[in-house]
Amino acid sequence: MTQRDTVRRIIADHAKLPVDVTTLDDADDLFRAGMTSHASVNVMLALEEEFDIEFPEAMLRKATFESVDAISDAISELLELSVP
Amino acid sequence: MSRSRPSGTLKADFVERAARVAEEVAGPAADDVDRKARFPSEAFDALRDERLLSALIPIELGGEGATIRQIADVTMVLARHCASTAMIYAMHQMQVSCVVRHGRSALLRSFIREVAEGQLLLASATTELGVGGDVRTSICAVQREGGRFHLEKHAPVISYGEQADAILATARRDHASPPSDQVLVLCRRPGLVLEQIGHWDTLGFRGTCSPGFKLNADGDADAVLDHPFADISSQTMLPVSHVLWSSVWLGIATAAVERARRYVQAEARKQPGVTPPAALRLAELAVVHQQMQETIAGGIRRYEELLDDPGALGAVGFAIAMNTLKVSSSQLVVEIVTAALRICGIAGYRDDGPFGLGRLLRDAHGASLMVNNDRILGNNAQMLLVSREEL
Repeated sequence: MTQRDTVRRIIADHAKLPVDVTTLDDADDLFRAGMTSHASVNVMLALEEEFDIEFPEAMLRKATFESVDAISDAISELLELSVP
Repeated sequence: MSRSRPSGTLKADFVERAARVAEEVAGPAADDVDRKARFPSEAFDALRDERLLSALIPIELGGEGATIRQIADVTMVLARHCASTAMIYAMHQMQVSCVVRHGRSALLRSFIREVAEGQLLLASATTELGVGGDVRTSICAVQREGGRFHLEKHAPVISYGEQADAILATARRDHASPPSDQVLVLCRRPGLVLEQIGHWDTLGFRGTCSPGFKLNADGDADAVLDHPFADISSQTMLPVSHVLWSSVWLGIATAAVERARRYVQAEARKQPGVTPPAALRLAELAVVHQQMQETIAGGIRRYEELLDDPGALGAVGFAIAMNTLKVSSSQLVVEIVTAALRICGIAGYRDDGPFGLGRLLRDAHGASLMVNNDRILGNNAQMLLVSREEL
């Protein structure tokens, strides 16, 4: 399972989208698709648990979580930083 | 209690004009407005004469380019004399700031000019029947056809809807959009028709005249703001409303402190050399009052520092800070007016004397209910699960 697949599974479980996440492209805006800010926090928590990361304050903004692409980029950035 | 703050000539000018309206017009009418739960029309005539409805609009669009701090000062001064007038003024400026900062179409830019020229009064329709008070959710949707829009909304509350020249309403972007994908729509007469539902007969803020309405609007499709309401809300509507509402409550608190101080000083004059027992209570009250002033000044500073950084305004840490400002100042105003009542005693309890605190106490209790503090704390509880900001 690729990182994007895992991100998609977490979105399916926690973003409470009114549409099936498989109908969305990686670049589609999740907020436009119906993710509330409340649901986005649950997505963040699940991502942190899954990838064993912590989003720093500077990343806690809408743009970081607005698409599968944006989320994957943010996770890659954090995972690279944690490599010794 | 006035504090000296660094002030430019422009700021002094705004506050001077506001004080004139407040002392000569809004204050003398405040009890009648409250008793009859009527719109403070004489205060708004005077605010228009002083051109204070357009103070926040940039100079190049016909306004005076006031800062949020200056508008907060104007709001506070008004609230010391008539909280309903100040609350309406605050809500108007919230809408003005949304259009100024997020209205990009030629139609909306020229509307801003019209607001300045005609001193138009703007209201908002953000809540909707069936969404449980969650302003970030809409049921109604914008219908677009041939460059026109149509909107029907069942709003449980539109403050001064009857008196407003235009109303900004939230709605789903279109009929296929999920409830959270909202836009903000400028609705204007004659394309705007309101049918009133029910009455406004409340404990406080009676002059805001906020019954429910069925809103029916048609207009040019360019009257729909193209920024998502999610961004307008987090970057502008939320911080401006919390800052300006807090300024209304600070005005109420300040009026209460002034009455308590005059009461204690009158007692002191009766027996020079003997400090009245209530003087100690007044000293305690001054502590809480200063705490409230500084909390609000800090919130304004924080917003003004980030004003041109949409990313930072949309960040979790800023949202928590603005929510906290609202909760904090809405609690402090009740604490302060209640303490002032304890100082003034029966003189404060009376409605017919110079120390009466009844209206202030009733208005103060609205603060934690309008956008309920429980909802705001619930949002913060959620955001604090991920926030890393050093507290």
